[in-house]
Amino acid sequence: MTNKMVNESILWTNALTKQVNTGEQQLTILQNIDMQVDAGEAVAVIGASGSGKSTLLGLLAGLDVPTSGKVHLDGVDIFTLDEDERAALRSRVLGFVFQSFQLLPALSALENVMLPLELSGVSNAEIAAEKLLDRVGLSHRLHHYPKQLSGGEQQRVAIARAFATEPKMLLADEPTGNLDSATGIQIIELMFELNREHGTTLVLVTHDEALSQRCARQIRLADGKLVQ
Amino acid sequence: MNFFKLSFLMLRRDWRAGELNVLVLALVIAVSSMTTVGFFADRVEMALSHESNQLLGADLLVISNHPLDEQYAEQAKRLRLSTSTVTKFPSMISNGDANQLAEVKAVTDGYPLRGKLYLAGTRASPEYRVANGIPEPGTIWVDEKLMHRFELRRGDLLDVGAIQLKVTELVMREPDHSVGFMNMGPRVLINAEDLSAAGLIQQGSRIRYDLLIAGETKQVDLFRDWAETQLTTAERIEGVRDARPEIKAALERAEKFLSLAALASVVLAAAAIALAVRRFSLRHLDGCAIMRSLGASQTGLFQMYLLYFTTLGIIASMLGCLLGFGAQEVLAIWLSDLTETALPWPSWIPAIHGLLVGMVLLLGFALPPISNLRSVPALRVLRRDIGLPNTHSLAGYLLGLAALSSLFIWKAEDLKLGIYIVTGFITAIVVFGVLGWLLVKMLSRLRHQAGGAWRYGLANIGRRTMSSIVQTVSLGLGLMALLVLTLIQDDLIEDWQTRLPDDAPNHFLVSIQPDQLQPLEDFFSQYEMASPTVYPMVRGRLTEINGKQVNPDDYADDSHAERHIRRDFNLSWTNQISSDNQITQGSWWDEGVPEEPALSFEEGLAATLGVKLGDRLTFDVAGSPVTAKITSLRQVDWDSFRVNFFVVGSPGFLEQYPVSYVTSLHVPPAEITMMHELVRAFPNILVVDVAVVINQVQQMIAQVSRAIEFVFLFTLLAGFVVLYAAIASTQDERIYEAAIFRTLGARREQLTRAWAAEFVILGGLAGLFASAGATAMGYAIGRYVLHLGYTFNPWIWLIGILAGVIGVFLVGMMGTRSTLTTPPLLTLRKLG
Repeated sequence: MTNKMVNESILWTNALTKQVNTGEQQLTILQNIDMQVDAGEAVAVIGASGSGKSTLLGLLAGLDVPTSGKVHLDGVDIFTLDEDERAALRSRVLGFVFQSFQLLPALSALENVMLPLELSGVSNAEIAAEKLLDRVGLSHRLHHYPKQLSGGEQQRVAIARAFATEPKMLLADEPTGNLDSATGIQIIELMFELNREHGTTLVLVTHDEALSQRCARQIRLADGKLVQ
Repeated sequence: MNFFKLSFLMLRRDWRAGELNVLVLALVIAVSSMTTVGFFADRVEMALSHESNQLLGADLLVISNHPLDEQYAEQAKRLRLSTSTVTKFPSMISNGDANQLAEVKAVTDGYPLRGKLYLAGTRASPEYRVANGIPEPGTIWVDEKLMHRFELRRGDLLDVGAIQLKVTELVMREPDHSVGFMNMGPRVLINAEDLSAAGLIQQGSRIRYDLLIAGETKQVDLFRDWAETQLTTAERIEGVRDARPEIKAALERAEKFLSLAALASVVLAAAAIALAVRRFSLRHLDGCAIMRSLGASQTGLFQMYLLYFTTLGIIASMLGCLLGFGAQEVLAIWLSDLTETALPWPSWIPAIHGLLVGMVLLLGFALPPISNLRSVPALRVLRRDIGLPNTHSLAGYLLGLAALSSLFIWKAEDLKLGIYIVTGFITAIVVFGVLGWLLVKMLSRLRHQAGGAWRYGLANIGRRTMSSIVQTVSLGLGLMALLVLTLIQDDLIEDWQTRLPDDAPNHFLVSIQPDQLQPLEDFFSQYEMASPTVYPMVRGRLTEINGKQVNPDDYADDSHAERHIRRDFNLSWTNQISSDNQITQGSWWDEGVPEEPALSFEEGLAATLGVKLGDRLTFDVAGSPVTAKITSLRQVDWDSFRVNFFVVGSPGFLEQYPVSYVTSLHVPPAEITMMHELVRAFPNILVVDVAVVINQVQQMIAQVSRAIEFVFLFTLLAGFVVLYAAIASTQDERIYEAAIFRTLGARREQLTRAWAAEFVILGGLAGLFASAGATAMGYAIGRYVLHLGYTFNPWIWLIGILAGVIGVFLVGMMGTRSTLTTPPLLTLRKLG
């Protein structure tokens, strides 16, 4: 990895490997992944089911720890940090959109969007959250709970939540996986629009070739390895 | 693969994976605390009963006015029971020229079988000592009265019948002389071997022959059952329960207290199991949906889970029984000084009860969720958000509640106590539920005003409305059981103790003649004592019930009833019902004289004799028939030691018959000479000293209170399991929350604070409910079941709420610690 790459990359990995012990044998899920993402870039990680895409995304965000290898996010070697420090880094740098929305059922739409703002101590969280929900077209659904919202609406809340803290980078894991195709298209449009508006770096995990083509660059995974 | 095999495979897998930890722990602790309480209470009850038997000197007496047939002793020997005999008769004792009528007790080896015989100390060691055996042949042990009368010393000789016996000991206390007739003469103890030489037993002598029996309760009961079929009219059997209604009442009350302690752990167990089963059913939804989608029938699924839970119940209950047996043994060793007598070996009945309790509790609370599981739609394999059963439907808990109620009524061994507790708990559940719902709704509105951690704490409580209510109600009930068991029980025991104050009546005066009332009053005023209230009494034999002749032989099956029929009843009359009497049926003649002579019967005796409200009873009073109608039944607190009567009449129809009076009074030990004076001044008045009985009851109260303190430790343990189960029941939701919070960048501390807020609120609510419930229940149990006044204890509220907040907070934080260490990705992928 050259110095230039390191300097310009918001994210880079070095020999990232993840193995799990199934009791009888060791299973390698990711093997020696070296990749980098530049600031402002939109990158698709594409691969078949079971290729290790979601595991890679989880490691990039520090949601799990690798067996070996490094992840540098926003200039920080994240696995030298403890779990709390990684959480603090996430709240500063990352936004997430998941396939299954991952909204907290206890909280209303508004409160779900306020959550990351409040966690990072933003004072006018409510106003900012309302603005974002308005932006994703849900100003009439502020006080509804996730189970009262359709799948598309839930994903909109999730997108609003992802952009709430003005993250430098958005990680999206099959964001249309649980939606019908028409809603899926709307959601993708919304996500790319916001991405552009906020100038966010995007890492999009998908198995959908067409969707991956909307990103500037594609990284292909097969059996836990990068395929060039 | 058949469901039978699948059920065992699943059980093995779930057990190994730790899926059943909470459920098994709840069940094991439930059953073990139940059996610990059961085994221990069984042993203490037996020991208490043995100690009461000290008043008889045995567990059972066979009493006769002629030498007893050998068959009784032989049967006792066959049943491996200890025996001894006492032969009692009055005899003149001489010391030189001085003579004194005394009661002679000739005893054989082993006497007394229960309790101890205390002898005066010697100059070298002035303390009382416990007699080691009985008087040697040729010797005589005397009591204080004779010692003083003859100014005796050890070594002096006394003439008893044809022989001379040497005084070797001074008897201070005999176990079977607790209820002493003060105007009886002095008492002496001799060896039965001297009887024939002394030539004291002759035709026509007034002699009482007692066969003392003692041993294992079961064997004693067997002996009693057998002996009752052998008794001739001149023979009777006496156990402690037949002997003194005061002791019987105290023993029954002690048993109720211990049952109450055992019931507290049942409630806790039920709450823990209900919570654990709920979690189980949520976690098995997916598995069921998959099996349904693969073609499993609803019946098949139901049978599989039924087998699963039955096997689980049997294994866990057996583990619980084993643990309970070990724990009670430790407890028994620890408490070896609790009872004077060694604790007897427990029976196996508590183990069988434990197994039954475990199965009934588990199946009662597990069957409805199992039924829910079988109807999970197969479509859930495609859409995880559907098919969530309503795990909190009231119907789902009805079977469990019904199971619990029947356990209550069964374990209380008292229908009334059982019904009170069941009604109490069901009312509490409903009231707590409704109040909980209102409070949760109110609190979730408040969250918009609250900031930070409180907002998320309140949001969680509000979102999981039903879970929160179930958690609060279960925790509230658990805490309520603990509060009832500790504070309220303490208060009730204290009340019981204060009912037997140091100045409780310890002497009864019987056979006071009408013309002695004024002189007696004058006598007391000499000693500056208030004259005690006297009660009139006439004696009458029951001859007819509703015009039908009463024959003692009709009651041959029930020796207790037969004895009442053979003996004269003490009939009294009054306008005012005593404060320690309570009407249970019918009504009291409040004022004036009812048109038809009326009777109020003690309810226990009414049941024994088979008489009821409205029956007309005829008594033979001084040769005249007197008929009166039963218009009320009363419950009598015999252990108040006040004068009470089994049968009380309305004023007006008994007065014309020969009347005597009876009263009770407290005589401080220092004033005992006054009683000697009274006996001298009124030789016909029978003075009965019950100080030892009072002491026995006071000791029993102290023992019960200590026993309960230890039982409480186990109930407390069960309380922690409820707490843990309550926290674990929402563990999966919390793990998910933690993953999202962590993903969004929450620090450990932020998450911890949100949960802490939630636990504090839940604990506070549970504590509030528990305090309110415990206060109401304490009042009801005290007032209606134990017949003790309950004084409101404001500390309950503070202790209840604090215990709720601190307990739920601590256990909650401990229980969720592992949640914080699970990598978020793992959770999200599992659930996503």
